[in-house]
Amino acid sequence: MTNDNWVPFNERPDWDDIEPVPQDDGPHPVVPISYTEHFREVMDYFRAILAKDERSLRALQLTAEVISLNSANYTVWHFRRLVLEALDYDLEEESIFLETIAEMNYKNYQFWQHRRWVAQKRASVAAPDELKYTEVVFNDDSKNYHAWSHRQWVLLNLGGWEGELEYCSKLLSQDIYNNSAWNQRYFVITKDPSRGGLQAMLESEVQYTLLAIRQAPSNESPWRYLRGLFKDDKLNLLTRNDVITVCLEQLAEEESSVHALNLLLDLMASGLVTGRGGEQCFRKPEGCKVISEGLNQGAASVTPQSHKRYVKGFYGRRCMNVD
Amino acid sequence: MTTFQLEKHVNYVKSLDKKSDFDSVVMEHLRMSGAYWGLTALDLMHSLNDMDGEEIAAWILKCQHDCGGFGGNIGHDPHILYTLSAVQILALFDKLSVVDADKIAKYISGLQREDGSFAGDEWGEIDTRFTYTAVSCLSLLKRLDSINVEKATDFLVRCRNFDGGFGCTPGAESHAGQIFCCVGALAILGALHHVDRDLLGWWLCERQVKAGGLNGRPEKLPDVCYSWWVLSSLIIIDRAHWISKEKLRDFILNCQDQDRGGISDAPDDAVDVFHTFFGVGGLSLLEYPGLKSIDPAYALPVDVIDRVFYGQKS
Ligand SMILES: [Zn+2]
Repeated sequence: MTNDNWVPFNERPDWDDIEPVPQDDGPHPVVPISYTEHFREVMDYFRAILAKDERSLRALQLTAEVISLNSANYTVWHFRRLVLEALDYDLEEESIFLETIAEMNYKNYQFWQHRRWVAQKRASVAAPDELKYTEVVFNDDSKNYHAWSHRQWVLLNLGGWEGELEYCSKLLSQDIYNNSAWNQRYFVITKDPSRGGLQAMLESEVQYTLLAIRQAPSNESPWRYLRGLFKDDKLNLLTRNDVITVCLEQLAEEESSVHALNLLLDLMASGLVTGRGGEQCFRKPEGCKVISEGLNQGAASVTPQSHKRYVKGFYGRRCMNVD
Repeated sequence: MTTFQLEKHVNYVKSLDKKSDFDSVVMEHLRMSGAYWGLTALDLMHSLNDMDGEEIAAWILKCQHDCGGFGGNIGHDPHILYTLSAVQILALFDKLSVVDADKIAKYISGLQREDGSFAGDEWGEIDTRFTYTAVSCLSLLKRLDSINVEKATDFLVRCRNFDGGFGCTPGAESHAGQIFCCVGALAILGALHHVDRDLLGWWLCERQVKAGGLNGRPEKLPDVCYSWWVLSSLIIIDRAHWISKEKLRDFILNCQDQDRGGISDAPDDAVDVFHTFFGVGGLSLLEYPGLKSIDPAYALPVDVIDRVFYGQKS
């Protein structure tokens, strides 16, 4: 953490005028904090600057030091934004600063929030940079929740939809189990204004998904995605021979294929008549077990008594009553 | 079989009082939440009386700002997350009367956006975590009427995905932590009819891996904190019988530090107060003997919730 060339603030002439302010943890702190010397000094000067509300260049540099020591401290990020605004600072410079600290902050809420703030100010010119940036993160961690959330925000607010479906396909070709990429795919086909919505995308997406299921039948993601494609039109699913065929195919291969059974069961509950050899599969003991569990809506629930209140809607609006 | 080291965990949480390592340095700004995790864990283990409620309440009040919101520590900016933690701790000690509920309600309602969502602070980050935080906090203060409940519910429903789960914003991937927030908020709002219990229950119970632990998303590793996020959600929607409780219990017990107390995210990792709380909370949801029962939506002991809403003294 400590860098050899680091000069303590009390030895820096340009900080002479500042009286450091120690943390007040109260008389008997609940979770008392002890500080390494370096950290303590930086924080003491930061508190002093904060108390003075000094929005200067040296304050900006100080916030960078605090962030390098503890990037999860949200107060310092808040203050940094106030300083950036006051100085009317070049936001491209700020993007570069963010690059330098990015690697250790892939899972830090504050970092991503700041990144979004900068991108929002830079507006649509930022879109390609931001999309490319998230791709760098995905090279490392293809399921990074913050990065996916950032990417969706960029697409919705700054644009850049053009290559998105292909990008999802690329990630899925690298890892067909990547649920984040499946989710993004659904996001694209339902929210990209140029694609015409779920109906327009239905046929090609069903084919893509059935292929993925055949490739890895135990992968829950494409099974859920398939249902999602028929979310608003479940009856249409009943008429899809291709879907039902894939279910039966999977059951023939692996009689306890839970995903195939689950889907068929749902279809039967919606009125599917299994005259296609389905009964055959359901007579097998494994299949019967899963089905009876699934069908048994009243299965002995073991929810503790004290938790029954939710099941029965015990709370509800009554909590709204003002004393 | 491994047993629950109650006494050691109590000592571990209490020892955080005197701890002086780097971890506590980086925790400074979220001391309020750290205190909530530790104190609630102590209460579940019947050891809250060992703590000085007066002193803690005095410290909490010093973290409040004029706007009504609380910071994570003295001198830190107000944030909705620490405002909930502050209110939760006061509820634990039966001291909700020391704060001005209307003032806090005003702060929280000021964070609601036109579309019903909530920002975490003045900088405007939107996340269903903050909707949960707002709803839980206002409910404890009996001030839910200070926000637009209809719109808040609509926003949660917009975050519901094709797989039955919920994400941080509309269209974001389903994630067990976000599911807890959305399902918990809907439960408190009496709006669980918006949840497809079977579809979501199916997604949640698939989170149990062979080793017994729960993960937060498909193809991720199990982690003790998901014992809480997943199991509490399953209980709220009455589908907890779809997972193996015995295997989950054993997974949590195997994440204990048998010598020094505390619970970690996975077996043989370093313990921390966050996972200690969620481990103890998970075991409480599993009705482990010797622990107080915890409310799955409010994440506070059931007797505390009963006292808040029905004035029952424990
Ligand atoms: Zn965890």
